[in-house]
Amino acid sequence: MTAAPDHRPTFANVSLTERLDEAMPLLLIPILVVLGFVAIGAPASWLTLTVSGLAMGMMIFIMASGLTLVFGLMDVINFGHGAFVSVGAFVGVSVLIALGDWTGAASLLLNMSAVLLAVIAAMAVTGIMGWGFERIIVKPVYGAHLKQILVTVGGLIVIEQLIHVIWGPDEIFINRPETLKGAVTFAGAAMEKYRLLAVGIGLVLFVAMRVVLRRTKIGLIVRAGVENGPMVEALGYRLRLVFVGVFIAGSALAGLGGVMWGLYQEVITAGMGERMMVLVFIVAIIGGLGSVEGAFIGALLVGLLQNYVAFLEPKLALVSNIALMTAILMWRPQGMMPVVKAK
Amino acid sequence: MSDLILSLKDVHTDIAQYHILQGVDLQVPRGQVTMLLGRNGVGKTTTLKTIMGQWTAKSGEILYDGQDITRKPVFARARAGIGFVPEDMGIFSDLTVEENMALGSLSGKLEPKRKDWLLNAFPALGTFWKSEAGNLSGGQKQMLSIARTMAEDRALYLIDEPTKGLAPAIISTMAQALRELKAQGASVLLVEQNFSVAKALGDSAAVMDDGRVIWTGVMAELSENKGLQERLMGLSMEAH
Repeated sequence: MTAAPDHRPTFANVSLTERLDEAMPLLLIPILVVLGFVAIGAPASWLTLTVSGLAMGMMIFIMASGLTLVFGLMDVINFGHGAFVSVGAFVGVSVLIALGDWTGAASLLLNMSAVLLAVIAAMAVTGIMGWGFERIIVKPVYGAHLKQILVTVGGLIVIEQLIHVIWGPDEIFINRPETLKGAVTFAGAAMEKYRLLAVGIGLVLFVAMRVVLRRTKIGLIVRAGVENGPMVEALGYRLRLVFVGVFIAGSALAGLGGVMWGLYQEVITAGMGERMMVLVFIVAIIGGLGSVEGAFIGALLVGLLQNYVAFLEPKLALVSNIALMTAILMWRPQGMMPVVKAK
Repeated sequence: MSDLILSLKDVHTDIAQYHILQGVDLQVPRGQVTMLLGRNGVGKTTTLKTIMGQWTAKSGEILYDGQDITRKPVFARARAGIGFVPEDMGIFSDLTVEENMALGSLSGKLEPKRKDWLLNAFPALGTFWKSEAGNLSGGQKQMLSIARTMAEDRALYLIDEPTKGLAPAIISTMAQALRELKAQGASVLLVEQNFSVAKALGDSAAVMDDGRVIWTGVMAELSENKGLQERLMGLSMEAH
């Protein structure tokens, strides 16, 4: 082919201010951690609260990641997402109760095997439920936000009532597996073993999601679809199938989040998912709709802030996350790392 | 094999309460560049989007390579070999130039020869290969949009105003790329307001008004007849 007229653009220098502005969402986490250290004063308490906040943040991220992708890809607001959290918790806890001998044994292998089986069962059930939910409830209301809110809230209520029918109306208390009870001490700070495990699982999941989204063709299609679905279809990709896959994966992750949250709280109720949705939506909104990275940062901020504030001024803990959301939306009205800009 | 790659018969399209296409009849000969011309708001973009399936035809028939594609979904039309460069370019701003190009190839890999050819035609894309596409200039985004559609062989290209708002140097790059695409045997249906580009590239032309094709013929005939231009489009194309 004939060469084009000689136009060879070069890269412009980006100022430090511009770079800082771009990196600021990432910097918010260390800034908050340092502020927490200064405000709390006692290093041991600060470390305990930081691990607790990170663990809480990781679990919220696991629940929020699917929701933000579902919204970004198909512009669907799914208030029923919380139902998968509850169902995941009940299925997972049922498996753990059935495997009581394993969870009661002082064997890390048996304990982790029981947790793994509980997680697999919860994710399988919520994944299948997610598939049915998408086909029956969400598919007929594509493009109609008000109807989406109404039918997905309806779906949430129906599923919560089904939990009452299957597992009964009472809350269920659950003991953590033997080797996950108690805490380890580091630099005078007690850190619950389970919270450390939650941080590890959350990190592994985040890295895995990033690898899938950044290094695979399917991830490329998902990222492109979040930004401009019609163009992805015009290039020959069947976005609907991708969306169904993301919906199933998001539901399964909500189920995983439910099991983890249930073990974290050591009690589960049919309404736990519904209550979690407030935090999940805050995370999805401040992260920027459609952004997994934004949801990750947002979840960690929410987890850390809630723990620090609950220690410093318990009465303010409830409003701290709303205040965080307000502050971030005043700074960046579309969230920290928005992908869905035009909607 | 038919001489026509695409044929529209009495196609009607509604957008909300508006009846935009009101019986479009259009033929695109195989291996030619067909210009779709007309004043603003007469239905040119809607025609392209209806062919691509982004708007659904309410009635009528769209035949592509002899097959009825009127009810086929967008992705199936693309897989059948129709490439679409929309007026808004459809660039994925948060993806790199490389990732945008990778999406243009359904197989997932851009053939090295194809890549060399495209980067020779659009060298700016090579410079910004690893950069986010959102940082490109308007002209570079347009180049990327066209290059992405050319990332693999397609039988028919639907291109909506590729030179709108671009500098002359970039327009000549675009025109050259389209010329070479045609030389490879591809068919192109091109919406274009730039008269010199339309005159240089077009083999045949269709002029639209009020949601219908009101004239079809050879591009040279239209470009040489100012009276005809004024009658069909309200003014001479030289005035554009």
